[in-house]
Amino acid sequence: MSEPLLKAEKLFCERDDRVLFDGLTFSVAAGEIVQIEGANGSGKTTLLRILSGLSRNYEGCLYWRGEAMEQVAEQYRSELLFFGHQPGVKALLTPEENLRWYQALHPSLERGDLRFALEQVGLRGFEDVPCHMLSAGQNRRVSLARLYLSKAPLWILDEPFTAIDKRGVAAKEALIRQHVDRGGSVILTTHQELTAVGAVRSINLDDQEGTR
Amino acid sequence: MSDLYTNSGPVAGQLHIGRLFVATLRRDLMLSLRRKSELVNPLIFFLMVITLFPLGVSPESGFLSQLAPGVLWVAALLATLLSMDALFRSDFEDGSLEQLLLSPQPLYVVVLAKVLAHWSLTGLALTLVAPLIAVMLFLPAQGMPGLLLSLLLGTPTLSLFGAIGAALTVGLRKGGVLISLLVLPLYIPVLIFGSAAVQAAVTGLPVAGHLALLGALLAFGLVLAPLAIGAALRISVSG
Repeated sequence: MSEPLLKAEKLFCERDDRVLFDGLTFSVAAGEIVQIEGANGSGKTTLLRILSGLSRNYEGCLYWRGEAMEQVAEQYRSELLFFGHQPGVKALLTPEENLRWYQALHPSLERGDLRFALEQVGLRGFEDVPCHMLSAGQNRRVSLARLYLSKAPLWILDEPFTAIDKRGVAAKEALIRQHVDRGGSVILTTHQELTAVGAVRSINLDDQEGTR
Repeated sequence: MSDLYTNSGPVAGQLHIGRLFVATLRRDLMLSLRRKSELVNPLIFFLMVITLFPLGVSPESGFLSQLAPGVLWVAALLATLLSMDALFRSDFEDGSLEQLLLSPQPLYVVVLAKVLAHWSLTGLALTLVAPLIAVMLFLPAQGMPGLLLSLLLGTPTLSLFGAIGAALTVGLRKGGVLISLLVLPLYIPVLIFGSAAVQAAVTGLPVAGHLALLGALLAFGLVLAPLAIGAALRISVSG
């Protein structure tokens, strides 16, 4: 467990002539929770998109299990669960149909019981309702149900608690805790206080912000 | 740690690929079928262009039957082009596209399934109604097999090439005009050989040569276009 799962070295990102971060170096070990902090517009989402491999507008190096990210991109993607700004839920499909497709897309999602996952996120009885009939929070819950199925070692969660009620947040925190306990890692951004997940290391992007 | 997923190698991967293809195809077909207005849009456009032609130019049968091969093909091409923009748009907007790009599965397979779904509801549908509409333009009966076969071979190529443009412009707010500019040059060979095939069939000349060229274009598109589409999607999402 000496090798960190994910390592970022001297990350530099610039957007519209504004430096978001420069020389950002950190690593995430197995069983660790890293919270990315910062004001709105400080580049939290940008950083998460870079880490997940979606954005390539950066300089610096990323390593997955000690190997350069470009070399092991496919392996990395199979061991990653990304929860982005948009939940990635199709409005015209039912929660169950949405999750079915994700299962086909990501082998790291268990083939297990979809209904169980949907029940866990409080969508019992909504399995067959098209998602456009559900509320914003419920739509995010559909996407969050993936967490209950996921076996991926690394979770990258961008504002997972937005539009989720208190009880839902508590349940997600417990889930994150459980994931960490079995050796998984979580990188997340949130504006809420994390209360029940245990030790959290935070990286503040406000210190990184340059005005050059 | 033991119950966490680790990459299980290529053997298990191959099983996933077939499932992924079917799942994506089903999903996209299901989505289109639930959005009926978008489903009939290309067909209505096709029908409208064809009905307006006799009104605008001349209703005379001899003249129309001469024009028919070209008009049918141009209308089919524009109808396909019209539907192209929506191919990745909604996936981009609701974040499914990000998830798709983060899948460890080959992008080629997903993209091919999406294009196939798109084609079966535009190109294939156009091909099936084309003989009916061709009658309205007095296309001689001996031209029908040529029309059907050329559309059957040509429209998938249109969907494949069009998807490259759609993938490149999906990140832009208004990609509509740009996509036409990008894709039209690629469509021209298909149009030339397609309408020539119908033309040849009407005059009783052999159509095999034209169809072979359309087939070659399709094979070319099937092999290379999904790679281009995948790369274009990564660029669009990265921006």
